Amino acid sequence: MPQQSVREAIRDAMSEEMRADKRVFLIGEEVADYQGAYKCSQGMVQEFGDKRVIDTPIAELGFTGIAVGAGMAGLRPIVEYMTWNFALLATDHILNSAAKTLYMSGGKVGCPIVFRGLNGVAAHVAAQHSQDFANWYMNIPGLKVVAPSNAADAKGLLKAAIRDDSPVVVLEHEVLYGHMGEVPEGDYITPIGKANVARAGTDVSIFAYSMMTVKALAAAEELAKQGISAEVVDLRSLRPLDVAAIKASVSKTHRAVVLEETWAAAGVGAEIMATISDHAWDELDAPVLRLSQLPVPLPYASNLETKCVPQVDDIVREVIALVGGQR
Amino acid sequence: MQAKSAMTSAMNSATPASTLKAVQAAKVGGKSGGKAALFGLPELQHWHRVMLEMRRFEEKAAALYQQKAIQGFCHLYIGQEAVAAGLKATSQADEFGGDDFITSYRCHALGLVCGLSMLEVMGELTGRVVGISKGKGGSMHMFEPSKGFWGGHGIVAAQVPLGAGIAFARKYEAEVLGQANTRVSFTLIGDGAMNAGQVFETFNMAALWQLPVVFVIENNQYGMGTSVPRAAAGELWKRGEPFGIPGEKVDGMDFLAVAEAGKRAADHCRAGKGPYLLEMDTYRYRGNSMSDPAKYRTRDDVENVRDSRDPIARLQQQLMTEHGMKESYFDEVDEAVKAAVNQCAEEALAAPQPGESELWTDVYPS
Repeated sequence: MPQQSVREAIRDAMSEEMRADKRVFLIGEEVADYQGAYKCSQGMVQEFGDKRVIDTPIAELGFTGIAVGAGMAGLRPIVEYMTWNFALLATDHILNSAAKTLYMSGGKVGCPIVFRGLNGVAAHVAAQHSQDFANWYMNIPGLKVVAPSNAADAKGLLKAAIRDDSPVVVLEHEVLYGHMGEVPEGDYITPIGKANVARAGTDVSIFAYSMMTVKALAAAEELAKQGISAEVVDLRSLRPLDVAAIKASVSKTHRAVVLEETWAAAGVGAEIMATISDHAWDELDAPVLRLSQLPVPLPYASNLETKCVPQVDDIVREVIALVGGQR
Repeated sequence: MQAKSAMTSAMNSATPASTLKAVQAAKVGGKSGGKAALFGLPELQHWHRVMLEMRRFEEKAAALYQQKAIQGFCHLYIGQEAVAAGLKATSQADEFGGDDFITSYRCHALGLVCGLSMLEVMGELTGRVVGISKGKGGSMHMFEPSKGFWGGHGIVAAQVPLGAGIAFARKYEAEVLGQANTRVSFTLIGDGAMNAGQVFETFNMAALWQLPVVFVIENNQYGMGTSVPRAAAGELWKRGEPFGIPGEKVDGMDFLAVAEAGKRAADHCRAGKGPYLLEMDTYRYRGNSMSDPAKYRTRDDVENVRDSRDPIARLQQQLMTEHGMKESYFDEVDEAVKAAVNQCAEEALAAPQPGESELWTDVYPS
């Protein structure tokens, strides 16, 4: 299989879907002439022209509303946010216009649309440009939310999102854009709503998504050296959650760790813990462990920034304690 | 034509550049020469009846609200009928694809004028399964895309970029998908919404991309309880000017003036010249919603408008003086309309509430 970066996989997903369906178009800041602020749309305006790859002014609320209106009227927009931090300005249209209108209209007005961009803890850009919003969007009925951790899923989930008739939030990760991975050739789709056992294990289940999956896999490697067999479940979809996969893994290992870049309060981890409590309580041999961003705005200084987010060493240390019965 | 000339003189006090545009606009839309060409007697009778249907329908909704048969929010259109009727009256006929209409939560009358049945609207107001949204939207959320009616939006100003987005889709259909398309998006905006940031963002992009959208400001003088001069600096009809969007102020209590202006604006869009802005000078007789006692103005303020500018009485007067119609005709129409409204209310109230299975449908497409 060919090796690709995550950003190339994203570009290919969009380009392939735009070749297949002329109703699909890309809109956002710097997506056309600049080739994408993070080069995720490299070469696309050259191929598809400026009627389908559309640069917008810096006006997230306005261009999101326009895209949602176009989606309601029958097009299939892909909205790129330079970061999900900026999409805060557009949340009204994501929530009130895109996610709710199908229901409020008794099924008459839907909106097949993709909202995508980078999310999570970036490197050295301080608090306003560095936050994981996964829990905000996975709270909302009417939305689907995916957060890929590798190039293959970045392509497969994005293609699935573009074909989905629901509004789909795609949470990418800045640090992952340059990560290389194998991407299957051809029309590769990762179904929304299916988790992936990224590494099988027997002693403990580590549930993660996006960048945290990468850290979980590194931690599992280290744990193996210390005689602990950790299973890494890459959630991939945060709404809908793959409850069956969560239950199956906990039933196998009887211990669970949840990793997130969100703050702990009402975060992704809280939802996974509640899911385990609801569906696999009797399987647990230990309390569920959650590792989250510390509850402070992310600091700039590199030592503080590193300390703020669960790192591989932290995961290894905490999992050893959990498995050793010290939690 | 008193209102029109008063308006023209008001426009003359504007800045020089605006004045030119305003005077040109007043000239084009001005005298009644064009009016006879737009509508014959049967059409005028039809639109008179349509406005009366809106009025009686909303009065019935108010009565049902008092009886608690309608709950929550309920924003009535009484006084503003000429705007919805006038715009629809000169919009593109359905056989050519119709035009698109979108508005805020004050949406009952626009829904009716776009072709929803009274029962579909009243059913929704009363939360019944016969409602256009199966009772899941309520007063503020009604939609029928097949009739060019796009709602029905509860967040002030949100419908503005959505309406521009519908226009974006029409232009895209023509330019990228190769479909013959001359549809225009009539995007209605309350005066209160005109101060929201997304309106300016949308004006900018609509002008940049030359979208076929007519922004129609329904200036009913109050955003909830705050009068326009207390909320908006400058004049609303000029707000497109920095973006190169032509704008004009129209007597929104005059069906014919609205229709003429709507046609002028839509023709501009259909000619590929981009967006157009109309400020409709109108008035709502009731509070912002049924829960608003409207203490920010006097009863006399409302009575004065009702006595001097009422859009339905005005068209009736024109039909009587210019077409020799008799008072008895209007009495008969009114009786028939009231009967239809009463019947739709009875049918709505007799209909069941949505089944519990409806709770789980339409969250995601089936």
